[in-house]
Amino acid sequence: MRLTTILLIYAAILFAGYLAGRRKAMVIGYRDGFAGMHSLPLYHGYNVMLWGAIPALISIIAYLAFSDAFIISTVVSGLPDALRNLPEPQLNLAINDIRNAAAGTMLSGASEVTSAAAEQFNSLRNLSSIVLGITVIVLSASGCALGFFRLNETVRARNQVESTVVVCLLLAASVAVLTTVGIVFSVLLEALRFFQQVPITEFLFGLNWSPQTAIRADQVGSSGSFGAVPLFTGTLMITGIAMLVAVPIGLMVAIYMAEYISPRIRTVVKPMLELLAGIPTVVYGYFAALTVAPLLRDFGFNMGFEISAESALGAGLVMGIMILPFISSISDDVINAVPQGLRDGSYGLGATKSETITRVILPAALPGIVGGFLLAVSRAIGETMIVVMAAGLAANLTANPFEAVTTVTVQIVTLLVGDQEFDSPKTLAAFGLGLTLFVVTLGLNMLALQVVRRFREEYD
Amino acid sequence: MAEINRKALKSAAETRKLVESSLRSRYARERRFQAYGIAAVVASVAFVGFFFVTIIAQGHTAFFQTYVKLDIDFDPVVIDPEGGREPQALSSANYQKLVKTSLEKLFPDVSGRSDKRTLNSMVSTGAIYELRDMVLADASLIGKTRSLWFPADDELDMYFKGRVDVDVDETSRRFNDKQVLWAESLREQGRIEKRFNTIFFTSGDSRDPELSGIWAAAKGSFFMLLVTIVIAFPMGVAAAIYLEEFAPKNRWVDLIEVNINNLAAVPSIIFGLLGLAVFINFFSLPRSAPLVGGLVLALMTMPTVIIASRSAIKAVPPSIRKAALGLGASQVQTVTHHVLPLALPGMLTGAILGLARALGETAPLLMIGMVAFIVDIPQTPLDPSSALPVQIYLWADSPERAFVERTSAAIIVLLAFLLLMNAAAVWLRSRFERRW
Repeated sequence: MRLTTILLIYAAILFAGYLAGRRKAMVIGYRDGFAGMHSLPLYHGYNVMLWGAIPALISIIAYLAFSDAFIISTVVSGLPDALRNLPEPQLNLAINDIRNAAAGTMLSGASEVTSAAAEQFNSLRNLSSIVLGITVIVLSASGCALGFFRLNETVRARNQVESTVVVCLLLAASVAVLTTVGIVFSVLLEALRFFQQVPITEFLFGLNWSPQTAIRADQVGSSGSFGAVPLFTGTLMITGIAMLVAVPIGLMVAIYMAEYISPRIRTVVKPMLELLAGIPTVVYGYFAALTVAPLLRDFGFNMGFEISAESALGAGLVMGIMILPFISSISDDVINAVPQGLRDGSYGLGATKSETITRVILPAALPGIVGGFLLAVSRAIGETMIVVMAAGLAANLTANPFEAVTTVTVQIVTLLVGDQEFDSPKTLAAFGLGLTLFVVTLGLNMLALQVVRRFREEYD
Repeated sequence: MAEINRKALKSAAETRKLVESSLRSRYARERRFQAYGIAAVVASVAFVGFFFVTIIAQGHTAFFQTYVKLDIDFDPVVIDPEGGREPQALSSANYQKLVKTSLEKLFPDVSGRSDKRTLNSMVSTGAIYELRDMVLADASLIGKTRSLWFPADDELDMYFKGRVDVDVDETSRRFNDKQVLWAESLREQGRIEKRFNTIFFTSGDSRDPELSGIWAAAKGSFFMLLVTIVIAFPMGVAAAIYLEEFAPKNRWVDLIEVNINNLAAVPSIIFGLLGLAVFINFFSLPRSAPLVGGLVLALMTMPTVIIASRSAIKAVPPSIRKAALGLGASQVQTVTHHVLPLALPGMLTGAILGLARALGETAPLLMIGMVAFIVDIPQTPLDPSSALPVQIYLWADSPERAFVERTSAAIIVLLAFLLLMNAAAVWLRSRFERRW
């Protein structure tokens, strides 16, 4: 039975339950008068439906979550010993073969063992879906029936339906927590496996990064070393350049927009900045790689020094432009939130506009601006596409912005895109880097919130 | 008394002198400060202008494609020497030969293997498949001669779009002087035409720039956004309603709040890692499928939707709630009958803005394998597929010059979609916004 068929039958049963429940409530209501009835017929209908819906839904979710793993383990336990006792990576490959053979997408001919296993896999899948279908039908129908027979005028149907609704809302809200837990677990578990193979001190303090591990034992020069310091310095350099571009310009734009500009020009300039904020990062990356990098290279060539085609400068400049609207819109909000009374007081004492801004408004707005700055740094560190397209791949430990450097995000992408074998330290290293990235950005966000909360001046 | 007055007058005069002597430099500082401000605004506006001019200048030509007219002789000896008209034989016939013969007839004086090969490469390889499909559809064509238009090869196309610099030394360009001569002769014979590039909008990716298009990627993006909105919007709205209307003050709710704020700032690539580890490795969903991409983007967009929905709910005045409660509605009825309908436009606006962000997102899709080279156009959200921004990333890496033009054109299309979505959000806001 296909899952869609099962779901359709399920929906039909529930709808029938709803109609039956509402009808019965109507009948009772007309017979005894609606005054004695606790809830409207509508709610009785919903209530009957919920009686059938919830148990069957749980069985569907359980099926989706566990049936595949269960089937695979059954198939594996039926495999010949030689295959079953393989180490995990090879076993996973064998399982993949079985899956492909079962789906009929195997390119080359399958071995006898594999095709037998694939057959068993398919028959188990069929069986499990039939079991699910029967379970769903029985559970939903009997649930609806139970709800239907319990229905009388004293059932507090509305309250029951409403508390179910609230529980559903709570579950939806909890998805955010679930996502965080998912991120932490998936990244942390793989990262821990990485740190079993590579000591964490080497990862954090090692100066040499070349994640290519040898495929054969006798290969030369590719033992793989995982010192991530060059990645950290590269990330910091590009972030630093980006902030050097974005902060002065963004802040000045915000000040000028908030304090000087006429409303007419403001309505032109503000949408333009918002346009800048809406451009996808891959477009910035393309722009950095195909327009800015050649311009810089030619410029350097004319000035007589060498600028690499994948220089930190190019990526940083474009990233700065990407961050600029973020900085300016946050600063704009913060500056506008400074009460007018402070400005008037300063003008009254004879200060010029710029003096008012630098001596009164900016100090008052500082916590918000610093918070925005920290958020912008966290964005720049986590930014991926610009650096993937415009920064280098080789890990250079250098302080020269004209050379190519690589970043944490670039390495995550290069390690995980394309063919990958799980369990190799090369692939797991990406999760180690991901964990570092997650912890750092999370820390910066927390810090930003703290700064804003601790140092905010309360006016009026 | 007079003493004090004199002193005060004196000190006032001194202060005045002090102030006046510093006024010039203070005013100069004021003007400088304003100049910095103007410079900053001008710089950012100039960048926006530079950016759009560059992209449009590079990309607009990709919407047109050069076509070459060839007189194809459907020679029965080449197509079907046995004369059986078997579909098997017809589909494996040497259609390349037909194109070759027709080109050789046009340029009879071309000799030498490499020259002939260069000449043949002026017409897209797609011509072969087009001819095959024509013959398979209508076998009576065999033995006849037809004048047909074929897409030109990307280098020829680039030449007619003026992107080949003929002054550069011949050895350092991919389009040599002979090809220039042939191209000019084709033009003189009226065999060159520029047409609207339908291939670009109807086909999938290809190794040949002139045959590549964005339709497959656009469809993949569409499926992905569909999954995203189906999941993120109801869940986000439900979460927002709970937090605004029902949530008690306790630890769990605080935890949810903190989590939502933090998730909104987690780098998108981390969501890609989550998708890889959970959806692909744990739940073994197919790689490169829009379904997985949509799930990842939904998790990513949800905080945005929640935050926007909460502010929309907050904007509904409490008097509405009080009136409903006072008339005997339950809390759930108040929310579903009154608060939700009033807040819906604001929620939709937030959702559209979140979707616009999701449409441009690339990094998490790289993690879940959506970077594969995919020619086929996906039919369901489970088929392997690419997405618009990923297609841009892939083309940007391709060495052919014609792909630069197509990348820019794809960017124009993507930006047009984004603008459209943002305009829809703005329209929705202005149409349904209420002041209480």
